[in-house]
Amino acid sequence: MKHLGNPTKAIVSALALAALTGPALAQQGLDEPFQKPFKEALAGKTVAYVPVAMNFDLTEGWYAGLKKELEPFGVKFVIRDANWNTNAGAQAVTSLISEKPAVMVVHNPDVQTYAKLLQRAENEGIYVIQINMGSAYRSSAFVGANWVEIGERQTEGVVKACEGKSNKIAIIQGALSAAASAYTLKGVENVLAKHPEIKVVSSQAADWDAAKAKAITQTVLKQNPDLCGIVGFWDGMDIGTAAAVKEAGLTGKVFLATSGGGERKGACELVKSGAFDLNMSYDVPTQAAQMAGTIKWLLSSGAKPGSIKGSEYTTLIPITKENADSQTACWNLSDLKK
Amino acid sequence: MKRFRMSQQEIVFVVFALLFLVFSIFLNGFLTAENMLTLLQNVAVLGILGLAMAIVVIGRGIDISLIAALAVPPGLVLQMVQNGHSLPFSLLIAVLLTIAFGLVNGWLIAYAEVPSLFATLATGLLLAGLGQAALFQLDVVQWSPGMNGFERLGQGTVLGIPTSIWMFAIACIVVAFLLRQTRWGAYIYAIGDNPYAARVTGIPSRPIIVLQYVITALIGCFAGLVLAASVNSMPTRIFNSTLIYDVILVVVLGGIGLSGGRGGVLNVIIGTLLIGTMLNGMTIMDISYAGQNLIKGVVLLLAVITDSFLNPRNEETAQQGDI
Repeated sequence: MKHLGNPTKAIVSALALAALTGPALAQQGLDEPFQKPFKEALAGKTVAYVPVAMNFDLTEGWYAGLKKELEPFGVKFVIRDANWNTNAGAQAVTSLISEKPAVMVVHNPDVQTYAKLLQRAENEGIYVIQINMGSAYRSSAFVGANWVEIGERQTEGVVKACEGKSNKIAIIQGALSAAASAYTLKGVENVLAKHPEIKVVSSQAADWDAAKAKAITQTVLKQNPDLCGIVGFWDGMDIGTAAAVKEAGLTGKVFLATSGGGERKGACELVKSGAFDLNMSYDVPTQAAQMAGTIKWLLSSGAKPGSIKGSEYTTLIPITKENADSQTACWNLSDLKK
Repeated sequence: MKRFRMSQQEIVFVVFALLFLVFSIFLNGFLTAENMLTLLQNVAVLGILGLAMAIVVIGRGIDISLIAALAVPPGLVLQMVQNGHSLPFSLLIAVLLTIAFGLVNGWLIAYAEVPSLFATLATGLLLAGLGQAALFQLDVVQWSPGMNGFERLGQGTVLGIPTSIWMFAIACIVVAFLLRQTRWGAYIYAIGDNPYAARVTGIPSRPIIVLQYVITALIGCFAGLVLAASVNSMPTRIFNSTLIYDVILVVVLGGIGLSGGRGGVLNVIIGTLLIGTMLNGMTIMDISYAGQNLIKGVVLLLAVITDSFLNPRNEETAQQGDI
């Protein structure tokens, strides 16, 4: 057994040596060679944010999230609020092109208006990240929800809830000019094509307006009291849809699926109260983190704007009675702003 | 021709009756008691706003800022309750804000003599901007537990009739009483008919004009509370919508000429019923959005064209501000 003692001794003495030299190495420190260029790539850069409007949960959430992630690195974060005005937005993008920020984060009002401008911006050397609503032009990155998937999953929920019932459903669309609404409708159609037994008794646009959604739903419910489900296109508008269902005394009988950014008051609270049965959330804080990550990656990559293009579609969170109580399903705008 | 002369009010009533008849015969499920209540309920807020607008239009003015009064003070109530204030206190603040807003409008128009169109265009933007910048966290102000019970203003039924219809009825009675039974109401007609003559005869026209705008703003705020209660939230972005045109449409279509001094509550009710019947029928038929706009436009054009054929404008009826 003695011959085994030698290697053990050798290991022990090696460890002792390491213990002696180790602290000496740590005292010198080791430079991580990539962090400095990263910091230099971000410091003093301007990131411009062009939402369709501020003052609603999605755009406020993205703004707060981006600010929190980028400003500590010395990034200048500016905002150009289009305030629901497509022309004002196009002007903002145009003037930004001459101001040359490093990155533009753009929330398109529709597919066409900004498309040419965004292409010009990338030709001028500005990275363009499109969020939640893409344009016809494919820029460096798209971060956002897949509206077709949202429509499909909402409709699947409604179709399932309708099993063994009347199979009559209603669709409350957003504004006809909005691509988000048209894409969602495509998703609805995709699922309905597989379910010929489902009958759509009403498919109307409520212009993202809760009062209009309520008026339409009331009339539809009076005509079809045996309705088994409603596919709504936005939780901010479907508060009205839910109010109509509640007034008809049909809460729990009519399955109401909607979608939104997952802000606690607008999503989880309303699912808990029974107003919504399913709310497909595109989890705004995660989207904001992905946007910020993309900006960091692009700026530090040194890639020529427009030379690489990719997409990050959001992983959707279906909010139902099961998870509406959890801390993670929804987010609070006030917390994000801290 | 004299035998066929009908007022615009009567023309619109005939259009409404025809439309109602056609829908009743050809549209399954239109002529039911339940659907009639839904029809009225859906236009109740529009009707209340029409009453508010009628008061200033009769007084030869116009209030473009009405939607701001509808959106901002009730939005403030919801926001304050959400922030932990009590409901009565929040309501008090909102009413004070509304009165202050009406006073500003009235002062600008009566004393600074700014045309009502421009004055209210600017003040409406101001109030809506104030709300967006300083008062609300988000465009849509959500209902909070502190508001519980208040939703009865716009939801549920009393004696089988939805409360928002009651609210419209109450507003109709109050405004009708104000316009027809009080001296102030008579003054409003006098000022609308001929402001100079009214002043010469000793009517305190400036204070009456201020009063008109305060009452209009208060009714607008009331409509906003009914709206918020009925959809469990206040979508303050409604200020940017085309609602104000619908309100003016109800008033003008009902036969209250923009030249002032004519019309009353009945005209608002008729205008509201016509719009309500059209919207309800088209929703039942599941007509597309574009189709609905087309039909609305055609019906309104028909009403206006018929009116100008039967009641041609002349020097007597054409007045400043007449459209």
